[in-house]
Amino acid sequence: MSDPASSVRFRGGGFAPASSRYSAWLAFAAVLVVWQGVCALGWVSPLFLPSPVRIVAALWHLAAGGEIWPHVWASLIRIVGGWAVGTVAGLAVGLAMGLFTVARATGMPMVSALFPIPKIALLPLLILWLGIGETSKIATIALGVFFPTVIAVYSGVDSVPRNLIRMAQSFEVPTAAIVWKVILPGAMPTILAGFRISAATALLLVVSAEMIGAETGLGAFILQAGSLMQTDQLLAGVTILSLFGLAVGRAISTLERRLLRWR
Amino acid sequence: MELVVDSVSHDFGDLAVMRDISFRVASGEILALVGPSGCGKSTMLGIVGGLLQPGAGTVATVGAPPRGSLNPLTFVFQDFALLPWRSVAANVAFVLEHAQLAPAERQAIVADTLRRTGLAEFAHSYPKQLSGGMRQRVGIARALAVRPEILLMDEPFSALDAQTRDLLIEDFMRLMAGNRLGAVYVTHNLKEAARLADRIVVLSRRPARIRETIVLDRPRAARDDAYIAAHQRALWSLIRDEAADAEREVANV
Repeated sequence: MSDPASSVRFRGGGFAPASSRYSAWLAFAAVLVVWQGVCALGWVSPLFLPSPVRIVAALWHLAAGGEIWPHVWASLIRIVGGWAVGTVAGLAVGLAMGLFTVARATGMPMVSALFPIPKIALLPLLILWLGIGETSKIATIALGVFFPTVIAVYSGVDSVPRNLIRMAQSFEVPTAAIVWKVILPGAMPTILAGFRISAATALLLVVSAEMIGAETGLGAFILQAGSLMQTDQLLAGVTILSLFGLAVGRAISTLERRLLRWR
Repeated sequence: MELVVDSVSHDFGDLAVMRDISFRVASGEILALVGPSGCGKSTMLGIVGGLLQPGAGTVATVGAPPRGSLNPLTFVFQDFALLPWRSVAANVAFVLEHAQLAPAERQAIVADTLRRTGLAEFAHSYPKQLSGGMRQRVGIARALAVRPEILLMDEPFSALDAQTRDLLIEDFMRLMAGNRLGAVYVTHNLKEAARLADRIVVLSRRPARIRETIVLDRPRAARDDAYIAAHQRALWSLIRDEAADAEREVANV
């Protein structure tokens, strides 16, 4: 006689969420369909919530009529200019803080103190200093980009495994080559994650700055559409901004795939 | 060329790590450093290789290194220390890029060392694609590429499983014999020491002093299992009590 067998019950399921591209599009489409339906049934006034179709139509008119392009260009130039200035400065300062004792000892308290300031609060001051033109807006964005970049670069450099640096030193690799070939590639994942944050900050700041003091730019356009109660145009502007955000996210993902293929 | 370590002592803050360590290693000779865990073997190797400054004493090389040697004292690391973003070939090339070599010459050295270490077909693989044994082969290939005189090996095979370790040690012994290389070989594996070393320096627990130096009189190829086992037992009887003390000590630190 053998003892009765009881099979071991499977208990390892769950906690393994998978993503599927297909269902993402489906969910997105469902939201749009409900939105369109609510508008078509007249449950909400088109003045407060225009239907997706109307927003697309407004977008089309703005693009075809050429009205939106000066605003898009103005915002784009500010974003790219401010981000580039803030990133270059942030890379330099972050790298110095990661590598040199003096820079770390003096820079860290400064960065910690200034990082939490909402940079848009400095725009009035920057306008006083630099005038109402482009420079003050670009400077605001650059400041907003600078601090997260410094912190990302600094912590990226700091996280490079020490054993790799010691290895390079033991083979007499020159210091500059160690920075270029060991420290920078090692810090790259953290630096690129920082780019994601700084790009989002740049987008946020350009809109805020343009709402405070600008005639052109998507922020100004959206504000103006709001005061004229042109909600379809307003949301068309918002759509363009979200497309900006998506494009930047895509660009950084591509950069990550290219530069971090080794991971 | 001969490596001369003379009366080296070292402290980490208040902690006395080693006292008055002296030994010599000549080209073509393998010296194993064994001792209880945490006795400062790796610190010793760091000092020998110029990665740490000794608190007292000197480390010197006597006699000219062979012509063409780019890095007479060359490390092989326990954790391999490979650049994960570089392919196998590029990891080996990394240590040659700052030397005055024509690109063709550099490529030739890389190809030659990869062939000698059995890595030719993995030249374009990345470290994460390789097994631990293959990764350490890259570490050894990288070390050979700079034509070293004495290898400084810090537990080079201890991160590997037993079977892989045996395979690598066999290949490593062939490479050493073919190149007349010397080595300072830090290990806690007494059997490994008895198999590979010409001389074994037995260190005491912290602060480490030299307890004994054992000379293995037979050539490596002629050591049978009984010979190795006898020396392993002898080493263990020297170390056992201190290893037990060292193990308990960790809890008191």
